[in-house]
Amino acid sequence: MNNSRRSFDVLVVGAGPAGIAAACCATQGGVRVGLVDNNARPGGQIWRGEAQNSDVVDAASWLRKLASSRAEILAPMEVFAQPEAGKLATTSSDGVCELSYKRLILCTGARERFLPFPGWTLPNVMGAGGLQAVVKSGMDIAGKKVVVAGSGPLLLAVAAHLRAHGADVRAIAEQAPWSRLIRFGMALASRGRKISQAFQLKKQLSRIAFRAGCWVAAAEGNDKVESVTLRTERKTWKERCDYLACGFHLVPNTELASLVGCELRAGFVRTDDFQESSVSGIYCAGEPTGIGGLELSIAEGQIAGFAAAGRREKAQEYFGERKSQRRFSTALERAFMLRDELRALSSAETIVCRCEDVKFGRLREQPSWRAAKLQTRCGMGPCQGRICGPAVEFLFGWKAESARPPIFPVAVGSLAATACAK
Amino acid sequence: MPKAVSVTVNGAQVDATEDMTALVAILLSGTTALRRSVSGEPRGALCGMGVCFECGVTINGERHCRSCQIRCAQEMDIRTDE
Repeated sequence: MNNSRRSFDVLVVGAGPAGIAAACCATQGGVRVGLVDNNARPGGQIWRGEAQNSDVVDAASWLRKLASSRAEILAPMEVFAQPEAGKLATTSSDGVCELSYKRLILCTGARERFLPFPGWTLPNVMGAGGLQAVVKSGMDIAGKKVVVAGSGPLLLAVAAHLRAHGADVRAIAEQAPWSRLIRFGMALASRGRKISQAFQLKKQLSRIAFRAGCWVAAAEGNDKVESVTLRTERKTWKERCDYLACGFHLVPNTELASLVGCELRAGFVRTDDFQESSVSGIYCAGEPTGIGGLELSIAEGQIAGFAAAGRREKAQEYFGERKSQRRFSTALERAFMLRDELRALSSAETIVCRCEDVKFGRLREQPSWRAAKLQTRCGMGPCQGRICGPAVEFLFGWKAESARPPIFPVAVGSLAATACAK
Repeated sequence: MPKAVSVTVNGAQVDATEDMTALVAILLSGTTALRRSVSGEPRGALCGMGVCFECGVTINGERHCRSCQIRCAQEMDIRTDE
């Protein structure tokens, strides 16, 4: 296996909106910038496959800016360990590469939160963003019956996207009640851009049943999902479907931040005014510092990029934008809080940890996350607790422990190569 | 237009394009179960972004490849976990 070394003044991990903004701003300072991502192309999840889509103004202009910048794009490449301070070990099809940096900017984004319910492990039950990502990668959804469920603004965007690709969206089930959504809508009303986005979505979603205070109680089917049971406080009914797209808002990807020693607060990376973490020289921008959406991620990315390149006066120009976007972040958190009924969906037989097939009944008997890992192997499979971790935190109040290397499974040869390099 | 490529899924030929992921090629072949879980349940893709490992298949002989993250290439041999 090849073993190479590269070094950068500023290394950015994650090529979503925050990472792209950070890399573009850092290169303006004339420093050597590297941008690593585990996807083949920059854009992250939200701008996946949007390079040619001129409707998405932000995406096209930022991707163009990145392409004409001097930032070196290292993709697809996955970071899996920190062999020593100032260095990250990565793998790609070319083998292991050790990346050294003077400043590091973590823009590792977020993933969907999944919650277990009977039948959620059936094929064709996917994340909301998950199904959207697969459609963006070329899957044909035309004519398929889809139920979109869970929580968060992503549900509407996903439903609109699937419908634009010909899907028959049978229902959108948002667990948050109308009362909280209306308050959220009022908060949006003070923001011209967000409200126009919301109206545009509403137009695209006309005649689709949108239900607030509604959640999936179960999914049924033999070899794949055939129907879902939807529930409100008043009634329960079945909806036939070919796909269930279900995700409960977002959780931050903080594994790498934990690994390099950044302090977390309430599950998010703590940063100062210049987006610098508790570790000097390591910055963080976007969803890992607080779920706040696209505009906040871009503002934080710009601040981190300029600050990491030593241009703090330029970074300060974006403080105002970040402050106003953070209000949206607070409104999001309040609006899409998870309802207690979601804790009561699993039966003893419902699988919670999909990697190790650990059932709810066994987990319920455990006193802690640590005990659950030791006794049941919950969270010990290849996803390393990324899927079941946020679920058990919601179900049992167990907090994830610190991340351990490798933060992604790697071939034994890669570990050996890192060891030899030391 | 993305370049057309021919891949095989469990031995059957599938016409795909270079910008499709291996996962999409598998779904095109009509297969919904990508792997069997440790207790034998059929599983399909969940997160679509390389985090959950539910879409792990064997690609060109290498096991546990996340099919949602890998793009199709000419003569790629994809095998779901029977």
